[in-house]
Order: sequence, then C-alpha cells, then structure tokens
Amino acid sequence: MSNIKDAFRNGKAFIPFITCGDPDLETTAKVVRAAAENGADLIELGIPFSDPTAEGPVIQGANIRALAGGITTDKIFDFVAELRRDVKIPLVFMTYANVVFSYDAERFMARCCETGVGGIILPDLPYEEKDEFSDIARRYGVDIISLIAPTSANRIAMIAKEATGFIYVVSSLGVTGTRSEITTNIGDIVKVIRENTDVPCAVGFGISKPEQAKKMAGLSDGAIVGSAIIKLLEQYGKDAAPYVGEYVKSMKEAVMEA
Amino acid sequence: MSQSKGRFGVHGGQYIPETLMNAVIELEKAYEHYKNDPDFNRELTDLLNNYAGRPSLLYYADKMTKDLGGAKIYLKREDLNHTGSHKINNVLGQALLAKKMGKTRLIAETGAGQHGVATATAAALMGMECVVFMGKEDTERQALNVYRMRLLGAEVIPVTSGTATLKDAVSEAMREWTTRIDDTHYCLGSVMGPHPFPTIVRDFQAVISRESRAQILEAEGRLPDAVLACVGGGSNAIGSFYHFIPDEGVRLIGCEAAGRGIDTFETAATVNTGRIGIFHGMKSYFCQDKYGQIAPVYSISAGLDYPGVGPEHAHLHDIGRAEYVPVTDDEAVNAFEYLSRTEGIIPAIESAHAVAHAIKLAPTMDKDKIIIITISGRGDKDCAAIARYRGEDIHE
Repeated sequence: MSNIKDAFRNGKAFIPFITCGDPDLETTAKVVRAAAENGADLIELGIPFSDPTAEGPVIQGANIRALAGGITTDKIFDFVAELRRDVKIPLVFMTYANVVFSYDAERFMARCCETGVGGIILPDLPYEEKDEFSDIARRYGVDIISLIAPTSANRIAMIAKEATGFIYVVSSLGVTGTRSEITTNIGDIVKVIRENTDVPCAVGFGISKPEQAKKMAGLSDGAIVGSAIIKLLEQYGKDAAPYVGEYVKSMKEAVMEA
Repeated sequence: MSQSKGRFGVHGGQYIPETLMNAVIELEKAYEHYKNDPDFNRELTDLLNNYAGRPSLLYYADKMTKDLGGAKIYLKREDLNHTGSHKINNVLGQALLAKKMGKTRLIAETGAGQHGVATATAAALMGMECVVFMGKEDTERQALNVYRMRLLGAEVIPVTSGTATLKDAVSEAMREWTTRIDDTHYCLGSVMGPHPFPTIVRDFQAVISRESRAQILEAEGRLPDAVLACVGGGSNAIGSFYHFIPDEGVRLIGCEAAGRGIDTFETAATVNTGRIGIFHGMKSYFCQDKYGQIAPVYSISAGLDYPGVGPEHAHLHDIGRAEYVPVTDDEAVNAFEYLSRTEGIIPAIESAHAVAHAIKLAPTMDKDKIIIITISGRGDKDCAAIARYRGEDIHE
C-alpha cells in the first residue's frame, strides 16, 4: 500500500504532470519543488519514452527534449532519491510499458520502493495486461494506476474493482493535449466507479484552465494537468519554475472551490 | 506472468491504451464470427480472384536456376496482384470485415506506400473514406505512391514525429484511432500490433502459402526445401510460411533488412540485433537501447524500415522453426538488378532482400532441391531510389 491516498486528504486534489529532464533535471527539480510548494497534492513524473503513442504533440515534444538531453531511467531514479530529501508529497511515475520491462520490472519496482514512488501509470498497459507487472509491483508497495476511458463502458466496473492507488479517468477520446471543451459525461463514469470501489479517482486529458479543473474535480476527487504545464516549460525553459508554481497555485485554488 | 489473449509463446498480447480496448474486443468478436461465415468467405474469395487477380503465379525461374547452378528456384508472384503487392490480400479482408462491422472510414499506416495504396484502393472500391499516415521521409522516397493514394481518393498525412518513417506512421495511426473509433477501422498492414491484428493479418495473408503449397505439389510432386521471404513487420513472410509450418522438412527463412550492416547502427534487422520488449501493442523483438528507447532504424527499403517484428515471427525464431537472416542494402540492390536482368522481373526492393539471400543459398544446394522465393511486390516504385543509390538522378 502506497502513500497515494494522502494526496486526497486535502480536499480535491490537484495533480500536475512533469516530464523528467525537460529540458534538464535541475529545471525539473525546481519545477517539482515549485509545484509542491504551491499546493500540488501528488506529482506525476514522466519518464520519457522515444515513441509515446498516447501523447499529443506537446508532451511528445517534452519527451524528445528530455531524451536529447541524455536523460535515462537510472538518472531519474537518482534524481528522485535526491528530491525525496525535502519533497514529501506522493509521487507517481508515468511512462510506457517498455521502459519498465527493459529496466527489469523487479529492479524498477524495487527502486520505486527505495525512492518513495508510490505508483506507476502505464497508458499502454490495459487491464488485460496488468499481470505483466502487478504481482511484482504489489510486493514493493507500488500501485499500478488503472485508467478508465470514455469508451470503457462495460469495462468500468471490472477495472474499478481491482484498482489501487487512484483511478485515472481519461476525459476525452484521443491523446493528451489541451482541449477547449470536454464532452464526455464524466459524472456517469464516476458513478459506476463509486459503485465498485472507494479508491479515489481523478480526471485528466485536455484540462488546462481553472474552470475546467474546477468542473472536473467537482465530478471526481481531483484534476490532472499535463500539457498545459509542459507548454510553460516549452515557453520558459530553465526559468519555468515560478510560472509553473503560479499556475499550480491557481489550479489548486480552483479545485478547492469545486 | 501475463498470458493474455493473442499470444505466440511469450510474444503478442494487447499493450494498448484503455481507450482502444473495446474497439479491439469488438474487432475480435466480429472476426471470430465472419471468418467462418460462408457468405463472408465467398465475397472475399470473389474479390481476391476477380478483383485482385488471384491465384498468383508460382513461376519457375529457369534462367536464374541455371545461372546460380544449384537448387531449382520458383518465384511466388505476389507482384502480379492488383496494386502490385501482397498487401491487397489483407486489405480486402479487413475492408470487407470493417464494412460488415458498419465502419465507414479506414485509416492505415504505410512505409513504402504499398499498404497505403492497397487500403486506398479497397476504400475506393467499397465506398469508404480513407486516411493514410506515412512518414515524411517515406513520402519523399516514395512520391509516386503518394500520388497513387491521392488519385484513389485517400488523404495522405505526412508524419514528422520521431524518425518520420514507418514506426512513426504506426504511432500516428494509433493516435488517430484513439481520437475517432466509432466509424473508423484501423486497417493495420502487417502481422503486428495488438491482438487480434497479428492473427487477422496472418489469416488473410495465408492465401500465399495455401496456393504455393498446392502449386509446388502440382509442379514438382513434392514440397520445397526452403521458402524465403523478406521480413519487416512480416506479413508476406508469415503468409508465405504459414501452411508450411507443419512441414518440418521445409526451411522457413525470413530475410531482414540489415541496412548498412548488422554491426552498424544503420540497420533494421530486428531479430538479429533486437531484444524482447513491448511496443506498438505487442511483446516481441525490437531494436532498442538498454533503457527500452526504440532505436532509429535504417534500411534502403521503406517497407522494411521498422524497429520491430510480428510476434508470431518472434515465436517461430524462439522455437527454431524459422530462421531470420540479415541482408544489406548493397546485397538487396544487387538482387534488384539481378532479377530484372535475369528473369525480366523487377522486384520491390523489399522482395529483393529475399532474392539476395536466395542468390547466396541456391548455389550451396543440390540441383534436385527446391526453393520458393516470395516476390512480395513489384519494383516500379523503387526505380528512382535505386537509380539515386547508383548515383543516377532520374525524375519520375
């Protein structure tokens, strides 16, 4: 059992996503601290992958920049160990199945455990394939975060029943990226989740503005934002930390009003 | 350990976003239903025979046989199919299936453009919308096929992400599918991706060996000693091998694109240089670094320029039933020219990889032995690129 549930103890949760090493790890450290200081309840740390098939152009760009800078899974574990000296909020990784598989799942989960990373989000590991890593993850107290999509329909109950940590509700069809409008009926999905589990659920994909975050958090237990933060990194590079801090503050305030 | 659906030994599976799960489940159900449906099969056979021109010839290459001085060489002429390659076999099957499922739009990835052209063709025939994703680099080296697709009414979207080649076209097609599922079928072109694609595509391509096995028995009264085919994702190879798999005396040889050589980084020989991994919906062998980052592969052949291989091939390799040999750009180009001069058949540069290996293998075999080489496509599309490779600048 991880510490992820702590993220949902301060009212509605705000969960930012940050790609490790974009553009370098010093910047990532500053951005993570800025997010934590400004109210982030849990941070998703992206381990870059060369071919992120669930990402839109913005996060693809972050992956490319980070890999071009020479980031590796080993460097990221060392970085998180260092970060953990003062950053106490729950952390989860977001990456792709091959990154975990190639590192050796046992070794990967052991290092998550050592560095206090409580969960892992793998968008290319659906319910049917979670046994690939779930036994090993459980032994090391790492939650494999389940995703539920607008197309999940009859699968929601099955997924929710076995979910641990939190449930990532994908707001929209398609890949990550900011959207002007979210048309999925999130309320209906959350209702089925609630009937099947007490595990908290947060909504992500397409959220960028405080009003959207407030609305999504109102329907669930929190809001997840990736691309909007990565855009700040794209724009301000090494100087992005204060801008991310300010943004996180506004988003946390918005979800608290939900 | 995970043993979900669609496994070939440890390979295969369904490593895809949750958003697509119901779509692949629906596809599997539809396929399981229609594959045994007499009407569906009658319709498909009619399309294959009366539209695509099947059965394709099994041609005895007399001059090549005499020139090499060893095993008798037969060519399975998939290049004679409508649209010029084996890709039409699978596309007609999937397009018909998609239509039965009520889909009105086909999306596809393409490398050399042969699968894209085949998909655009089937879409035109069946009155469906068609969007083809193609690496920008490939749109440049296969400009003629881009024009053909547009002529057939398809929209061609050049993909600039990553290495701007086949793998990026697959990634982009997968992204597009997660965006629009209701009316859209992803017409995957090779025996790869998540279950049920490797099985569906194999079954539709198995027509190659169903015919060639009967044809060689008719011509020679016995089975061949070796079957050779080029392997990128591996659709023509699995189709060429499939009905020979139970025939243990038949060597099955997949010819991978070694690019500038398997001791260089400029290679796409996945089985020879790759490692087991999880990518594009499947567990299989991939060219990758120690952290699992997919390698930017290279081959002169856009159709073989892919960092993975279909899961059934990975399994056939694991159990030792098939062999996978590397063939360099240079060897393939020589074979491209050799077959053109010797037999008057211009093979696709992809298929030329299999011809190149036969040129090495045949002389080592006795004259009473038999080799079948699948000529998966015709080489008109490659003429400009090969001319450039030889230092000649021709304009199409």
